[in-house]
Amino acid sequence: MSIPLNAYLLVGAILFSLGTLGVLMRRSVLIVFISIELMLQGVNLTFAAYGAFLEDMAGSMFVVISLTVAAAEAAVGLAILVALGRRVTEFYVDRLDTLRW
Amino acid sequence: MTDQIVAFTYLSIVASVAGLATILVRSPVHSALSLVVVVFHVAGMFVLLGNGFLAAVQVIVYAGAIVVLFLFTMMLLDLRRHETERTVHRRQIWLAIPIAVLLFAEVAWIAISKPEISENLKGAFPPQTIDELGGSAQALATVMFTDYLLPFEVASVLLLAAAIGAMVLARNPDEESLASPPDMIEDAAGTDGSSDQPEGELSETPATHG
Amino acid sequence: MVDGWDVLILVIKALAIFIIVPVAPLVFVLAERKILGRIQSRIGPNRVGPWGLLQTLADGIKLGAKEDFIPPAGDRVVFWLAPLFMVVPAAMAWAVIPIGPEVEIGRKIGLWVTDLNVAILYILALGSVAVYGPVMAGWSSNSKYALFGSLRSTAQVISYEITMGVAVLGVLVYTGSFSLVDIVEKQKDMWFAIPQVIGLFVFLVSGIAETNRAPFDLPEAETEIVAGYHVEYSGMRFAMFFLAEYANMFLVSALAVILFFGGWHGWTIPGIEGLTSVLWFMLKTLALMFVYFWLRATLPRLRYDQLMAFCWKFLLPLGIVNLLITAVLRLGWS
Repeated sequence: MSIPLNAYLLVGAILFSLGTLGVLMRRSVLIVFISIELMLQGVNLTFAAYGAFLEDMAGSMFVVISLTVAAAEAAVGLAILVALGRRVTEFYVDRLDTLRW
Repeated sequence: MTDQIVAFTYLSIVASVAGLATILVRSPVHSALSLVVVVFHVAGMFVLLGNGFLAAVQVIVYAGAIVVLFLFTMMLLDLRRHETERTVHRRQIWLAIPIAVLLFAEVAWIAISKPEISENLKGAFPPQTIDELGGSAQALATVMFTDYLLPFEVASVLLLAAAIGAMVLARNPDEESLASPPDMIEDAAGTDGSSDQPEGELSETPATHG
Repeated sequence: MVDGWDVLILVIKALAIFIIVPVAPLVFVLAERKILGRIQSRIGPNRVGPWGLLQTLADGIKLGAKEDFIPPAGDRVVFWLAPLFMVVPAAMAWAVIPIGPEVEIGRKIGLWVTDLNVAILYILALGSVAVYGPVMAGWSSNSKYALFGSLRSTAQVISYEITMGVAVLGVLVYTGSFSLVDIVEKQKDMWFAIPQVIGLFVFLVSGIAETNRAPFDLPEAETEIVAGYHVEYSGMRFAMFFLAEYANMFLVSALAVILFFGGWHGWTIPGIEGLTSVLWFMLKTLALMFVYFWLRATLPRLRYDQLMAFCWKFLLPLGIVNLLITAVLRLGWS
């Protein structure tokens, strides 16, 4: 444990902020999805780092739960995209505005 | 000690650069592949934290299932045609960058200035205990099936719901007709115009040759 | 603690893997062609060298001399990386495979590179990395046959990975350890093939599907989609796909031996226990390799819907029932 906790948290912060930036600025639905996964990577790293430094298994447990949620989210989100793929041919968040008024 | 620092420096730099590539590259497929690089290097950091089990699970679930699902969907939807379009929101980016920078400043400030971990905050699993239990997997199991049994079961129900939901959503509405070919043949025979046309073409071809 | 000898031994072990993983497939390719020939009442390759022994070497030279073609409309970097994603995981997995017990040559040497306490998970993780080979190859080739092959391969491999994991879980319930060395040690008196016979069946079938071999070789079905995901590859890159297929078969066979057939255990000759143990391990692994060739010669290729239905509607429930029975037996036993 020669690496300080701050270093891990900083990497987690970088990944999380990059993911946020990706969600906010990209137009492609798929890249927005991927950016959410990137945010979750940052969160997982933070959980695991705190868990290791607090010498508690709750950190690992939360990573496992977070992985489950990520898998569920990816499955449902991509299923929606496949269903959408029957109606439209382009996947840009600013063009998919049928439900907007 | 130094080898840990070298490993951490390498992992953190590559993870950050790959993270940047994930949100900047043009093609969604390249973005997904960059995410795989991030996943591997975060898994490497889990190993540095002494949690080999988590590293393996991270690679199996993220790299082996989630990102593969992404790539599978991309191939299914055939996204290559639209790669020439603009990739970022023109107006929204001026709001997105300040928000992301602000968020990063905030989280990084917490990360750097967090209070020292005092002894009375520490839990019941110091590295020695984990070694005595036989590894991180066994240590995780001792809490997963006792203190966190309910969250664990709820997570499994969530997965089941997501699996069923995904199947219902992605199912082809026209699948009923595709599943029973005999009906389709009958339908085709019933509508006269469509079944006659190929025969007409066939009879025409010898005529043109003759 | 760690002296020069330890480092030297580790280097020798690592070198052994780097030599065996590329060379073993050359032998297997020839063996397969010879065995397939005999099964089909042919002789098999017999022109190059005595009894055709140098045939694979000649093929290798031929492939090495061929043009290395990259589709102009494809994705160069991904195209270049894809074969590596096939070969590297197959080689890395051997780091945790124990081929024999601890032997005494001046000092105690375990016949494995490292005894990881999450070895099984490590191998499953590498197996999930190997999916990227077909995915990247198929996408970057910019060819519809490659894309179809890669879609088929992805769906097949990630489906059968689940059944494989469920089959492995049965063994883990018996041993309570992820370490392959522990798993082999626990089979000193009885092979897990006997109490885990259903698990063995599920594991072997999933293993064949994981490696995209007949009768599950739909990703490269010649009659439908030419050669599947590696249709655009030529020269050495194609050779790497070919090599990875046989290396993966070898790996799955070795894993089956470790998990179900008692690893290196067998009757040993006193005095040279170490050597006989390794010979037992190799003998069992080669026997399973023969099963692979035998199946290829015997069974016709499945249809794709049959393949998927077999995995999700038959194999997975079977594996879960096996896990349930194992868990109940284990509870009653302890």
